[in-house]
Amino acid sequence: MTVAATSTSPPTTPGGQSGVRLARSRRNAELSLLLLAMVLVAAYGAMVEASVLDTVTPSFWVSAAALSAVFLSLHVAIRFLAPFADPALLPAAALLNGLGVGFLHRLDLARTTPAERAELATFAGTGGRQLAWTLLSVALAAGLLAVVRDHRSISRYAYTLGLAGIVLVMIPAVLPRSISEVNGAKLWIRVGGFSIQPGEFAKLALLAFFAYYLVRKREVLSLASHRFLGVDFPRGRDLGPVVVVWLISLLVLVFEKDLGTSLLYFGMFVATLYIATERVSWLLIGLVLFFGGAYLAYVLGGMIGGPFANFYLRANIWLDPFADPYSDGYQLVQGLLALGSGGMFGAGPGAGQPLKLPEVQNDFIFAGLGEEIGLFGLSALLVVYLLIVERGLRAALAVHDSFGKLFAGGLAFTLGFQVFVIVGGISGLIPLTGQTTPFLSAGGSSLMANWLLIAILLRVSDAARRPVTGGGPASTRPTGGPPEQLHGAPTEVIRP
Amino acid sequence: MPELVITVARFGFLILLWIFVFTVVGVIRRDLFAGARSGRLVAAPRGVGAVLGQGGKPARVKRGKAARQLVVTAGQLAGTRITLGEAQITIGRAEDSTLVITDDYASARHARLVPRDGQWFVEDLGSTNGTYLDRAKVTGPTPVPLGVPIRIGRTSLELRP
Repeated sequence: MTVAATSTSPPTTPGGQSGVRLARSRRNAELSLLLLAMVLVAAYGAMVEASVLDTVTPSFWVSAAALSAVFLSLHVAIRFLAPFADPALLPAAALLNGLGVGFLHRLDLARTTPAERAELATFAGTGGRQLAWTLLSVALAAGLLAVVRDHRSISRYAYTLGLAGIVLVMIPAVLPRSISEVNGAKLWIRVGGFSIQPGEFAKLALLAFFAYYLVRKREVLSLASHRFLGVDFPRGRDLGPVVVVWLISLLVLVFEKDLGTSLLYFGMFVATLYIATERVSWLLIGLVLFFGGAYLAYVLGGMIGGPFANFYLRANIWLDPFADPYSDGYQLVQGLLALGSGGMFGAGPGAGQPLKLPEVQNDFIFAGLGEEIGLFGLSALLVVYLLIVERGLRAALAVHDSFGKLFAGGLAFTLGFQVFVIVGGISGLIPLTGQTTPFLSAGGSSLMANWLLIAILLRVSDAARRPVTGGGPASTRPTGGPPEQLHGAPTEVIRP
Repeated sequence: MPELVITVARFGFLILLWIFVFTVVGVIRRDLFAGARSGRLVAAPRGVGAVLGQGGKPARVKRGKAARQLVVTAGQLAGTRITLGEAQITIGRAEDSTLVITDDYASARHARLVPRDGQWFVEDLGSTNGTYLDRAKVTGPTPVPLGVPIRIGRTSLELRP
């Protein structure tokens, strides 16, 4: 079902003389958006200092300037490496990342005494560390853009990536608790003062594998099927490996006791399957399985506890957070109170009391921000997320090859779904599960994985928006000569 | 810091945040509504612009004649529209075709549509089951009039203004 979106390619300028019209790369639009985002980050930093320290220090701009330098270098890299990439992705992600760093720095300011503040260097504290991680992540993203010049080449390593994904997911489950457990969830590898969350990277690797595998099997999946209860089910053997991958990650996640990640993998799986087959029945099957599974886990958790006890507790907190506001429901209640006291316009950056929130630099960063910028500001941030997801899906729609479509669509969906899971959790819409808020939460793994995700989306959108006349595999042949004949070639092979 | 300054800054920040959002929306608006406006934004077939070029909108001169859309009228992709630009359109089952049709009777590289001087030509690329313009089998490059179906397997395509 692939239709080239000639209609979404950049418009050409009427009246150009040459045959090759100048397609608009829109890099300048990206630059100005990025500058606007950085102005916002600097303004946020200044306002935080104004309310916490009651004065704006002369060095308030240092952090914002460092961020600007980092993002501007990525922008320059994009100019060379992916000139037709989507102009909205980088500025949107940069804004979220910048505000995250700003908020973490604001937490540092609140935690320290006035005497210590003077010594708070740019790269010190949670905010400083996040700044360093940003630098590293953006460098990685640029590196990915440089190494992967064509997103289809990723499909060559699909099985390797799938295996790597499973291994990454499994590592923390196998490791002893002392190394892998943080707050009851075994998701980490902690070595010294250094901790990484391999699951964040596993997401990307597994998605690449799903996309590749489903492209290979797409026709079989949507044609060969048997009907059962009015719904078309694919043959078991076609689906085998994907179900196995999914079951393994799910089993592992039961042992790692993190519902959010498990939910994320499941959503990822169903979404890619739906994109690949265009069958609504998959969504229905997915929803039924999910709600059935969640209910079963709840009932089992109530009866036998064990690995489900955690979920049972969380579901009960969700059903009535105020039942035990000082112990079980403490996190959620504090989050809701923060959001509530923020109200419509918030207390102003730096004027809230985020330290009353447990885990404010991770899970509850959105609640902490909400207290200070209010519903008005939070909804702007949510729209920024929405725009990133929209651009990702747009790139998926516009790109030519099925692998790119599935990969980009899956990545965009995963990002959006993760935001839904965490924001839904802290606002009481769904049971709270430990997920990082993309780009905002403190933590290197999450930040790195999300910047890699953005880099892949940039790469795919570059391929999608590159004008047909200006290069690319479809147009390198001369118009006059006959194209190479490939009658015998299997159609589902993805050429690197 | 005076209270007033902080209040102004606070709301200013929120407004700036939304200005950012709307600027981003402005930048991508063209893509968001590409389907509705593409007919105007994407140029007419090659040659029309170059010949009649400067200033006036090229397609307006040849109104009613220049094909602007390729519409799939029958087959699995029925209802699909492709806005015609200047590039040739390749049709087939191969992944890198402009229009990838999943039709059992289509070849990997089945046919292509090539614009020449404002006129689109259909050309069979040595397909197994042939390309038909209305009822006639296409042997060499054949000009395609508006509204005449090009048949490839079970799929029919038409040029529309």
